[in-house]
Amino acid sequence: MEAIAFYLFAILTIAMFTYTVMSNQALYALSSMAAGMILISAFFFLLDADFLGVVQIIVYTGAVMALYAFGMMFFDSVREVKENNTPKVIVLTLSALAAVLVVAILTMPIIADNIGAAYPVIEGEPNPKVVGIVLFTKYLVPFEVAAVMLLVAMIAGIVMAGKKMDRSLTKMKEEEITMLRQEESMQKVTL
Amino acid sequence: MMAIGLNHYLILATVLFAIGLVGVMRRKNLLMLFMASEILLNAVNVAFAAIGHYYGDLTGQMFAFFVIAIAASEVAVGLGLLIVWYKRTGSIDLDTMTSMRG
Repeated sequence: MEAIAFYLFAILTIAMFTYTVMSNQALYALSSMAAGMILISAFFFLLDADFLGVVQIIVYTGAVMALYAFGMMFFDSVREVKENNTPKVIVLTLSALAAVLVVAILTMPIIADNIGAAYPVIEGEPNPKVVGIVLFTKYLVPFEVAAVMLLVAMIAGIVMAGKKMDRSLTKMKEEEITMLRQEESMQKVTL
Repeated sequence: MMAIGLNHYLILATVLFAIGLVGVMRRKNLLMLFMASEILLNAVNVAFAAIGHYYGDLTGQMFAFFVIAIAASEVAVGLGLLIVWYKRTGSIDLDTMTSMRG
């Protein structure tokens, strides 16, 4: 049963992400990536990491995808995206590196046979409870640092994307907005 | 059917990582490049969770959480920068970013 689920989700995920990478339409790429993110969370549920799966759905498919959708509205994304042709030497070098990476990853379980668990999973307890115990005892400082980092990222996003927020477009009259547009097109400077 | 082991998940993570790498290599549009980087981070997350599960350890899940947090802030800052760049130049192609002569 687990094998069927694994192979089904593996094939679907690989198909979705391949389409994300290969598609020339930003909208299709975004949609297939959202589907791929949801399918990735299925692996977390298979691996008994329930809380991680829920976080994956909420953060990735909820927040990150919404950010990308808003980003797409700013850019002219409907047009076909032209891609460049990378030189063959770079492609060959990076493929060789990827092959070495595969070999290294697959030999790791053999090398690391005598690894013990630093924070073992407690049997019989629900996953979110165990995760909470470890996160708020052993990883409390990284957790707080991550919180500060998210706050900094939020402020940075507001500062960079929210220029001209002192003028409220919803409270202005139509004529004022038209005049503003004309001024901007005359100056040719939009920042 | 064969039981699913750690190697299955590691192979899957490697395949997903390779797909993301192909995306990073062939994309010229920066928005699409960000999407490919998200695929890279997700592939690593799957590997972390799988290793944590098969060794009975919670550290893998912890690191996956922090990777998710970093990915979220990366998207927020990256899209902010991208919007500023688009307002200034009207394009988000990677080839136009040559002001530093890199």
